[in-house]
Amino acid sequence: MLMSLAPVLEATAITKQFPGVRALDGVSLQVHAGEVVAVVGENGAGKSTLMKVLAGVYQPDSGALHRNGVPIHFDTPLAAMRAGISLIHQELNLAENLSVADNLFLGREPTWGGPLRFVDRATIRHRGTELLQRVGLDTTLLPHIVGRLPPGQKQLVEIARALGLDAKVLIMDEPTSSLTQRETDRLYTVIDNLKAAGVSVVYISHRLAEVTRVAGRAVVLRDGRLAGELAQAELTHENLVRLMVGRDLHQFFPREHRQSHGPERLTVSGLRWVGSKAAPATFAVRAGEVFGMAGLIGAGRTELAEAIFGVRAIATGEVRVDGQPIRVREPRDAIHAGVLLVPEDRRLHGLVIDNSVGFNLSLPNLHMLSRTLLRLIVPQRERAFHQRMIARLRIRTPTASQRAGLLSGGNQQKIVFARWLARGPAVLILDEPTRGVDVGAKAEIYQLIDELAGQGVAILMISSDMEELLGMSDRVIVLHEGRVAGELSRDQLSEVAVMRLATGGASE
Amino acid sequence: MTRIAGVFVLVVSLYAWLYFSNPDNFGANVVVDLLNRHGFYGLLTLGVGVLIITGGIDLSIGSVVALGAVSFGVLMRSGVPPVLAAMLVGLGGALIGLLHGILCTYGQLQSFLVTLCGLFVYRGLARTISGIGEHTAEQTVSLYSIKAEQPSAASALDALRAGIVGKQANGALDFPMEFVLMLGFAAILAVVLHGSAAGRYWYAVGSNRQAARYSGVNADRHQIIAFIISSTCAALGGVILLLDFASVDPASAGAEFELLAITGAVIGGCSLRGGEGTIVGIVLGAAILPAINKLNIFLGIPNTVIPIVVGLTLLAGASLDEILRRRG
Repeated sequence: MLMSLAPVLEATAITKQFPGVRALDGVSLQVHAGEVVAVVGENGAGKSTLMKVLAGVYQPDSGALHRNGVPIHFDTPLAAMRAGISLIHQELNLAENLSVADNLFLGREPTWGGPLRFVDRATIRHRGTELLQRVGLDTTLLPHIVGRLPPGQKQLVEIARALGLDAKVLIMDEPTSSLTQRETDRLYTVIDNLKAAGVSVVYISHRLAEVTRVAGRAVVLRDGRLAGELAQAELTHENLVRLMVGRDLHQFFPREHRQSHGPERLTVSGLRWVGSKAAPATFAVRAGEVFGMAGLIGAGRTELAEAIFGVRAIATGEVRVDGQPIRVREPRDAIHAGVLLVPEDRRLHGLVIDNSVGFNLSLPNLHMLSRTLLRLIVPQRERAFHQRMIARLRIRTPTASQRAGLLSGGNQQKIVFARWLARGPAVLILDEPTRGVDVGAKAEIYQLIDELAGQGVAILMISSDMEELLGMSDRVIVLHEGRVAGELSRDQLSEVAVMRLATGGASE
Repeated sequence: MTRIAGVFVLVVSLYAWLYFSNPDNFGANVVVDLLNRHGFYGLLTLGVGVLIITGGIDLSIGSVVALGAVSFGVLMRSGVPPVLAAMLVGLGGALIGLLHGILCTYGQLQSFLVTLCGLFVYRGLARTISGIGEHTAEQTVSLYSIKAEQPSAASALDALRAGIVGKQANGALDFPMEFVLMLGFAAILAVVLHGSAAGRYWYAVGSNRQAARYSGVNADRHQIIAFIISSTCAALGGVILLLDFASVDPASAGAEFELLAITGAVIGGCSLRGGEGTIVGIVLGAAILPAINKLNIFLGIPNTVIPIVVGLTLLAGASLDEILRRRG
């Protein structure tokens, strides 16, 4: 075939550094005409960074790009698009309140009338119809407003737009993350047709079943490096998982309090949140247990935590704390019942980031720091409280009046922990507890988690950090697309087992 | 702290300019009058200031002032004793605030929109009810006509006027009661805002509503309370307006007061983004407008120029604040 020709797109030894992490380290990738290459890896393995380099969003620190064997450099996504490389984003890039036709030609509308630049409706209709046919969309959709289309059709509109730009390489970043099974099947058909027409597709997904279905070849990334490459014959679920994992647990996880666990403190039965398409979740966390919750991005872990904490409305099911059913309509109900959340997005949900360290420490604890009469705050009591919490968690801040936003991620996270500690939690839900936290503070946070478990707190820990999950958890449930895919006890716990369940494989 | 110092310097220099522009004119009567103007604007500015701190805004203040003044007059005209009438007006203001608050929290509407609608509705209501019982569509409400219709209430009305405005029955102003009452109110608000748990929640809600909610704060309730404070201040402002000026035109009374109050609060350090501001700053910010108004009399600046001066002062203040913020 034409495979012997120079690749349509080739990336050689790409390295990309961000403050504090090396996102890509000498990664190479070749894309030939009319093939579908899958790029696979865990969360944070460098997939999205690589795609953004290919599409001109990021400039690599070193390494080279070749287009049909000719060296090329993209300063902007527009330059990449002009060279026939289009990125279909995870979050679609369509103007929601414009019509399908307007979106297809956005920024390059055919015009007439010379300098007056009237939009040429007839050409848009004609060429738009042709583009929609290529992606198998109903051509009567042309005048419809994009915002009212289901996600699957939006995706196809975006692909049609890229084809309108004469794209030779389509990069699809998690294209099926918000599609139904039928929409996904339709996308496969479109991809097969594109392939036949000589268009290449770079397909990023963490759903391994999709990868084996759609791709002719897979490249596996791990920690920013190339972990391996699988040709079509070797493209199996097992092989992919083997390449995705396989690291040593080098970090130190101080679980001293792994004693036998007490009675159930948090019992979740048949829980579904409003708007969830997933099956109801049922699980229980015992006193003194660190209960890990694994799953890939979009598996519904954060949503589940939000439902238990009262941020998200509950559709069906029941939450019990120490055997007592609790009615949670707002976070304050959960807090009242002793269920506390360290949220995933620290700056948005965890802290009032523009206010001081002290303000944040006090906020959920003012009942202890004020007189009953008129709830007037007692300044001495508050100052002492600040000093105690800052010392207890070794929060590195010049004074309690320092703005919280000026502290490092680790110290900010310690504030979030400190304010809950003072309340004596029954259940502590941690959503990515060490994301954006430096190594030193990480170790301190792990120690704190262990200490709390030792005091009989039930800890539900959502984590995408495999080392953390394996190192800290006593038991792990794995969510896959909103349902509990399986539960792993301490002796069954391994990276391979977690990844197999998280990517939709069966438990052994 | 730097912010309060900045407003303080601005206020002092404005009043110094005012004094030195015409020292002979600056008698006790001018001082008392200035203080009372400050008291009146201060009341409205404090109300909206607290609301701005919680992240809301109130564009209906001027119309609520008019509605408060007119209903105060209409109630008295129909025989309600003055003190009771004033209390009923205050209660009505609280209900308006409650309505705004509910629409902006449970209704999830933007406060800018809700109170913009209120600006039209309350003005229309004020004009419509001003003629009730008089067989006319719309009329000026005056203390003179109220006394004529309800002679028995005249003495109570005069006593209320003396107690709230500091004016005698003949209209002579001997004591700045409005200013004193405003300071008392400011002191109470300062204790709540800077010293109580509720005040902390107001800042938290204004600064990051989501984080406040995740911390267990009943964000909706505190937001509603702030709306109630703003509208109650405005309605009572209407009561004071009628007592002070003795006559109120429903079509124009209180017009643009919401903008003047917001201006005072912003000059005084409230950020329209919410979560920022102090009571001292707000009180100082409210002192600017009376001074600018007096300057026009003292310096002979035409009335028509005043809005230009006010607008440019606000722009200068806001720009300076932004510069300081970027540096700090």
